[in-house]
Amino acid sequence: MHRRGVGAGAIAKKKLAEVKYKERGTVLAEDQIAQMSKQLETFKTNLEEFASKHKQEIRKNSQFRVQFQEMCATIGVDPLASGKGFWSEMLGVGDFYYELGVQIIEVCLALKHRNGGLITLDELHHHVLKGRGKFAQDVSQDDLVRAIKKLKAMGNGFGMIPVGGSYLVQSVPAELNMDHTVVLQLAEDHLLKEGLAWLDSQAAGEPQYWLPALFSELLSRDITPEEASQMTP
Amino acid sequence: MDRFVWTNGLLEMNETLVIQQRGVRLYDGDDKAKLDVGVVLLSTHRLLWRDQKNHECCICIPLSQVIFFEEQAAGIGKSAKIVIYLHPVPENKEPGPYQQSKYSFIKLSFKEHGQIEFYRRLTEEMTQKRWENTPVSQPIPTGVGPKAARTRAVGIVGIERKLEEKRKETDKNISEAFEDLSKLMEKAKEMVEVSKSIANKIKDKQGDITEDETIRFKSYLLSMGIANPVTRETHGSGTQYHIQLARQLGDILQAPLEERGGMMALTEVYCLVNRARGMELLSPEDLVNACKMFESLKLPLRLRVFDSGVMVVQLQSHSEEEMIASALDNVSDKGSLTAEEFAKLLGLSVLLSKERLLLAEKVGHLCRDDSVEGLRFYPNLRLTNNF
Repeated sequence: MHRRGVGAGAIAKKKLAEVKYKERGTVLAEDQIAQMSKQLETFKTNLEEFASKHKQEIRKNSQFRVQFQEMCATIGVDPLASGKGFWSEMLGVGDFYYELGVQIIEVCLALKHRNGGLITLDELHHHVLKGRGKFAQDVSQDDLVRAIKKLKAMGNGFGMIPVGGSYLVQSVPAELNMDHTVVLQLAEDHLLKEGLAWLDSQAAGEPQYWLPALFSELLSRDITPEEASQMTP
Repeated sequence: MDRFVWTNGLLEMNETLVIQQRGVRLYDGDDKAKLDVGVVLLSTHRLLWRDQKNHECCICIPLSQVIFFEEQAAGIGKSAKIVIYLHPVPENKEPGPYQQSKYSFIKLSFKEHGQIEFYRRLTEEMTQKRWENTPVSQPIPTGVGPKAARTRAVGIVGIERKLEEKRKETDKNISEAFEDLSKLMEKAKEMVEVSKSIANKIKDKQGDITEDETIRFKSYLLSMGIANPVTRETHGSGTQYHIQLARQLGDILQAPLEERGGMMALTEVYCLVNRARGMELLSPEDLVNACKMFESLKLPLRLRVFDSGVMVVQLQSHSEEEMIASALDNVSDKGSLTAEEFAKLLGLSVLLSKERLLLAEKVGHLCRDDSVEGLRFYPNLRLTNNF
């Protein structure tokens, strides 16, 4: 026999293997795939039912979104992996986060020349909320963090550096390495000690750092029309 | 603010609480009111406000006093507000926190958000005007400032009871949602188990999987959001969806790429494509996986990753030597260039112009001067001249 996989011999061999496996009670992979197809249809129906009752909850309630995401992570499912996924199509979670991703990129682009590609999560949050307008849903910082995590797939150095309980969002290629991030954290402590930074623990929400010398000028300015034109690629 | 009257916060017989929001500061016209941050409450009949720290300090205004209201968007350092324009002070008005005011409007400043929902409910109440149908039997009783402690305490309890009921109902909705969510997750978990089992079988070759079946399996994984357990890659590349997507991108991106010198950062592409779609957006991974297919589908585009980690889509016709040669020309022409200057010259983004300069440096055509003043590129005279 010179050809493999075809001919009476191969077919017989396959049949033998099938019988052997079935004797042992194991299901063959291809049978399981067919079975999975049916299970998937059932799941899709369940998800549709869930969506019809609770779709609003996902969009309106950021706490619910957090719960949802954490549950998905626990079982090993990424609802944001693809716009073609069931979660995205039926619950609309996808569009929510992917659009947020676009808004985040645009804000970072617009402000990059001002802050070099580093922006506090707070400031990013502020500008994104503003850009969404009064009729859009509120987004939480957790939402932003998850959207940014997804953006990392596109290279380009989107990252988050933990600083003092919150994050700095980096949108330029990683010329910041580990040492730099440690320096940033130390600098924060140092600035506080030297009185160059003030910790406002009474601020609504999270404690805020104020660096009068550096940021007050920057924060007081809205995104200018020139910067806004940078937003659209 | 002179329209407000003191109240004990007690709701009348036919009066129902609609919504409340904490973290609200009042403004007398454009000036901050001489009050601290508090809780604003909307009932079917009135707008109430209670100091968060001093619960005895409670004021209200009948909704019939409202002429109209509008939103005022948030700004830097400024919370979102609702501006409420009011009728003039009625003759027989009871005492309140302000004797007089030069303004005929007030503002509610939402320091802890909540303005969207509050605005919506206020709009509903002002449209329905329920206070006209169910007039309160007596004039709403008022205290004379924070001294009527006894009645005040009862009033607050009344409000809190109603809020508790409302909270319970919301909780019930939420807990039902969570219950349903848990059940759903159980089923999803089963799907994950099945896919792992299949993947193991593929690995151990328990059975003969055809090409078709593999493709089907991958698309099931895609639908569920399960990472491909065999290859560990986030499922995706090789599915029909991504092949289709790659072809679409091949069409859509031709013109934009040519306008931008043949190259676009992947994040730019993401924004461009999703903004154009409006709905059924692509995930970042969808985009990456589709772009990875350009070469195998023989499309005239390529996904390229620079050393820095920047990912770009470039036209295949885009010759590398040309880019480097033109970079050298531009720099020689001007003597030296920074990434920003180069970007302006070419009409490219700073990010991509920097990548080109780095590329030219890599092959030795340019060299850098890295100082506090910035990164500047010069022609590498060792290469181009006889030194």
